[in-house]
Amino acid sequence: MTERKIRVLVAKPGLDGHDRGAKVVARALRDAGMEVIYTGLRQTPEMISESALQEDVDAVGLSILSGAHMALVPRVVELLKANGQEDVSVFLGGIIPDEDVPRLKEMGVASIYGPGTSTEKIVEDIRREVRKE
Amino acid sequence: MTLAESVLRGNRLALARLLTLIENNTQEGRIAVNELFPRTGRAHLVGVTGAPGTGKSSLVNQLVRCIRNPQNGKNCIGEEKQKVAVVAVDPSSPFTGGAILGDRVRMQDLSGDPGVFIRSMASRGSLGGLASTTSGLVQAFDAAGFDLIMIETVGAGQAEVDIAKLAHTTLVIEAPGLGDDIQAIKAGILEIADVLVINKSDRPGVEVTERALRSMLQLAHPVPRIFHHHGAVELVNVESSASSTEEMWIPPIHKTNAIEGVGIEELVEEIRSHKQFLLDTGGWRQRDSARLQSELDIMLQESLVSRWRSRVPENEYLRVLDEVVTREISPWQAVDLLLGGGAA
Repeated sequence: MTERKIRVLVAKPGLDGHDRGAKVVARALRDAGMEVIYTGLRQTPEMISESALQEDVDAVGLSILSGAHMALVPRVVELLKANGQEDVSVFLGGIIPDEDVPRLKEMGVASIYGPGTSTEKIVEDIRREVRKE
Repeated sequence: MTLAESVLRGNRLALARLLTLIENNTQEGRIAVNELFPRTGRAHLVGVTGAPGTGKSSLVNQLVRCIRNPQNGKNCIGEEKQKVAVVAVDPSSPFTGGAILGDRVRMQDLSGDPGVFIRSMASRGSLGGLASTTSGLVQAFDAAGFDLIMIETVGAGQAEVDIAKLAHTTLVIEAPGLGDDIQAIKAGILEIADVLVINKSDRPGVEVTERALRSMLQLAHPVPRIFHHHGAVELVNVESSASSTEEMWIPPIHKTNAIEGVGIEELVEEIRSHKQFLLDTGGWRQRDSARLQSELDIMLQESLVSRWRSRVPENEYLRVLDEVVTREISPWQAVDLLLGGGAA
């Protein structure tokens, strides 16, 4: 009998091409024993929600450095809900101005990480969020 | 409505959930599979294997794109469109159990097509190139009405040949510059190919690779497939009718360039004709029963072991293990002891 693995989708929506951070996080989650579905650059919210559905993930991690988060994140959250995946936790990382944080959390983003966040904290948060269900 | 019923009605979320339940080996998943199993056996299972970096995922992307080509409801070789599922396996870390499943990166062209369902899975400690629950996932897709199921193995070396037991048609992907003619006559992965593909055909050295594979095929004496499973012969492929050489499938070699989309239609045609060959020669049924037998054997072994483990007290087991560690008894003697003295 295998233990239940935490499955996380790590995606980069939008057009910026810096995936270093997303890869660092993906690697950290892997080292924490999670199964990380890495989808790569330039994903549309539709592509992300479709992948999240097919892969039946517990959490979605988004990395955005382009400043387009207020357009992209709500769309992802909406589509997850529309697909019946409102129980999937959404995590956001990248360059997110402080004034946007409250609104993003209101929309249902579980946590938001800026530069310098330790990977242990992200791992811990995801474990806690996923266990909550 | 049961989970299985939702899956049969085409509910994609239910299917995704079922796949997770099967992957986690849950009772709920087993119940659903019991319900769905009578509806399996229709899909064409196509395995895709080869060394890491030969372009398996990119090739799957192109093949599925071609098969799902939207031109007037037909696919790229003029057949009715089929629903396609992809099961892509990547390795789990032997230390943490974690995994990066990155095959979707190469399959972005397939996004947005409701007739395609891609599922990534981690190998979770299995060594044959698949996960132990891959066949369960394939059964779920089969019952859910997918006509073609492509199974992409982990980047395989020489001996990850489990895919040939699972699939009807196995593609072995090579790329130029990976090995010489001695590699080509070794036992293992090349033997299991129904179709050999040299991907990255724009690279230098493609002629050398092709020559090595061709001479390998010429040296080969076409033999019926017999799978050896734990030392025991699993299925002897008895020649159904007399002139067996005519009924022998000689693996063709295809050159492709998955990035540019070169050679893809020809490969789709080849997969199609291999299916027809299997149907015409009875190979389809033979492979089906060989596969189910091997699955049944594995399940029996697992169940027997876990049933036996639940009867032997843990301290008894540890005591015997300790005797082995201190070299008082050999592992074989330990087995005899633990199984109650009877010869195994």
